[in-house]
Amino acid sequence: MPKYLSAALRRHDIQIGIIIAVMATFFSTLSPGFLTLGNLMDLLENYSVMAIMATGLLVVLISGGIDISFEAIAAVSQFLVATILVRFGGNWLSAFALAGLFGGLLGVVNALLIYYLGAISVIVTISTMTFYFSILMFVTQGRSIYDLPNWFTSNISFLSIPFPVMVAAIALLLTLFLLSQLPIGRQIYGLGGNPEAAKRMGCNIVGLQCFAYGYSGFMAAIAGIVQAHRVEEVVPYALIGRELDVLAAVVLGGASLSGGIGTVSGTVLGILLLAVLQNGLTLLGVSSYSFGLVTGLVILVSVTATAYAAKRQRMRSVRHAI
Amino acid sequence: MIVPRELAEHGQSEAARAFIEMLGISKRFGGVRALSNVDFTIRPAEIHCLAGENGCGKSTLIKILAGVYAPDDGKIILDQQAHSHLSPAASQRAGIQIIYQDLSLFPNLSVAENIAFRHHVETPVRLVRWREIVRQAREVMSRLGVDLPLEEVVGRLPIATRQLVAICRALAAEARLVVMDEPTASLTHHEIDALLETVHGLKTHGIATVFVSHKLEEVMRIAERVTVLRDGNKVGTYPAREINRYRLTELMTGQKFESSLHSTFSSEVAPILEIHGLTRRGHYEEVDLSLRPGEILGITGRLGSGRTELALSLFGMNPPDAGEIRISGKPVLLRTNRVAIRHGIGYVSEDRLSLGLVMPQSIADNIVVSVLRKLTGALGLIDSGRRRKTVSRWIDELHVKTRAPDRPVQELSGGNQQRVVLAKWLATDPRILILDSPTVGVDVGAKVGIYQIVDALAARGIAIIFITDEVEEVLHQTHRILVMLSGRITATFDPAKVTEQELREAISA
Repeated sequence: MPKYLSAALRRHDIQIGIIIAVMATFFSTLSPGFLTLGNLMDLLENYSVMAIMATGLLVVLISGGIDISFEAIAAVSQFLVATILVRFGGNWLSAFALAGLFGGLLGVVNALLIYYLGAISVIVTISTMTFYFSILMFVTQGRSIYDLPNWFTSNISFLSIPFPVMVAAIALLLTLFLLSQLPIGRQIYGLGGNPEAAKRMGCNIVGLQCFAYGYSGFMAAIAGIVQAHRVEEVVPYALIGRELDVLAAVVLGGASLSGGIGTVSGTVLGILLLAVLQNGLTLLGVSSYSFGLVTGLVILVSVTATAYAAKRQRMRSVRHAI
Repeated sequence: MIVPRELAEHGQSEAARAFIEMLGISKRFGGVRALSNVDFTIRPAEIHCLAGENGCGKSTLIKILAGVYAPDDGKIILDQQAHSHLSPAASQRAGIQIIYQDLSLFPNLSVAENIAFRHHVETPVRLVRWREIVRQAREVMSRLGVDLPLEEVVGRLPIATRQLVAICRALAAEARLVVMDEPTASLTHHEIDALLETVHGLKTHGIATVFVSHKLEEVMRIAERVTVLRDGNKVGTYPAREINRYRLTELMTGQKFESSLHSTFSSEVAPILEIHGLTRRGHYEEVDLSLRPGEILGITGRLGSGRTELALSLFGMNPPDAGEIRISGKPVLLRTNRVAIRHGIGYVSEDRLSLGLVMPQSIADNIVVSVLRKLTGALGLIDSGRRRKTVSRWIDELHVKTRAPDRPVQELSGGNQQRVVLAKWLATDPRILILDSPTVGVDVGAKVGIYQIVDALAARGIAIIFITDEVEEVLHQTHRILVMLSGRITATFDPAKVTEQELREAISA
């Protein structure tokens, strides 16, 4: 095999790309409905909310933390924004601005708790998830909001690209720009790669963490608004319980659970893989209960693969030492 | 850097020639006095070694220089300005760059970005200037005369290369003084040579280097001046050419360094281990050796001479292709390490002999930790009676002075801690103990402790294979020396009848 080809095959994103292509071919031969423009556009629209949330989670994972609370933040922000819009009216700009504000603030609360309590991010964000969500359920008593303004629920599209897909595309591009072209993005990579070194280099650790978790909350809230637009209602418990799907997609896309590693392109591929797999299984008539099986397996396999690679690295250095 | 002219011109006295002066520095942590009244001066472009045993105050002094700690007393004179303490930012502005032992690099980022990471922190609100980052990395690399793969992720590089990245980063920050904390701890001989070369390169660019090290060999090879600390006090600053390693050891430990081997063995007793024609292709060939109870057999040779591979074969972890191993006269097949352990063979790698204690845990737990399996009763639970008996047997036999075996090991004195280490190994009841480089990376004081342990083990009739690089060590601490070269045993020496020079020649023949 030519050298460049074998090098390319070792790249994570190329591997995922190949798996997606193989699966797409497989599903399209079994189910002719799969490879139609209609189905593919549906697929993109269905997964756009997940993609927006994934951008925020990606940034937190790169910073060396994890955020489990983003779906709860999305639900809370969704409810707050919908209430304000129903009572006072507004437009898309104010909807996004308010959502971003609420989501960002709730994210910053996560960061401050993590920094000042010195607690592990997974524990803190599981706690805040429960806390945020319980307050929401307590206040709403589980009641949904159906009387959303017309402008909010009516379909918008540009060049036949649905609105949610556009927002997802913008979120992805914004995150790409943040991570590759802004010093703060590079500092976040540094923080995730070696927190002690980041501190010694003079990075403002609490600032970076506030940014990362705030960004995650911000994106989650934007996703919440887009989701409310799509389903034309705000149901307090609609979003909760899908955290692991998003996490699975981001980790599938090559982001490391131990920080410092992850890309936007990988995240896109991770979501596509999950999307093709779930959609294909649905078209084949496999029960949707199997999705949990798939996401659980994905997380398990990625975590194991990371640990295995680290172990092999250690073994190699041991052999080298001998 | 350029010496300020007014200083250089009337520059007779020490003070005038100094670039950084730390005067009368004292520091306490709670009740512990880390430094008391220490003076430390660094001249421009000099290579200065800060030597001392672990806990002597080296790190504290460096951290005061870095601005991490403020001294309780004393002053720091930097560019003719006296400071009561430095802030981390002031320290860096003055051109002081510390390369910590862990190097503080970002393993997930490229070489170029690591070198120029400062850009990200100093100008946070603008686009990343990737071209500028690559340009600066190139410029620094050419100044240092090294060639590193700029795009490669640092985590994939060997340690020695990472160290160069760290040095490049210090240069990129306009360093006038680079402090390296134990820079050679994880390097091979070859890599150490290259590093020392690089340090000389820094000197030609007018950059001073402070080496913090307890490895005497390097200290003597590189330093122009050596400052020795002991127990938080300054012993003195010496021109490196005026002292030798033995003198330096004395200065660091405050005691004379000599052979501590007292045990003897009887050559009448039948060998416990005999090896004939043992071969593993590519690793070692036709190895013959015999070992008697109580004998300490030194095996020396360069890294890659096959000594570790041979040792691993004896421990069942690297099965030989041909040859015979006999234990107490009976041929054995050591296919796995479990088989080896059953035959009474123990293998201790690197620093396990010294670091083998879990400090906060009790003396009893430390003694039985390696024999827990032997103490289990019917249900796989630990039989507390047998545990107690084992513990009290060794405490009595080795005279460990303690009020109660349930007290944490850290409360014991150093000597008593050593007895606990000894008890731990004796409890496993080994007949043959293989020690692979037991003193690598260990400071001089602890080395002496390890020698005493080895000696005591041998005195109890345990046969010991002592693998080491260090010529003095094998000369003073073993009963017989085998030299390995390219997988073969090329020479056997009686330590009493060979000189250090002869032995060195045999190793590098």
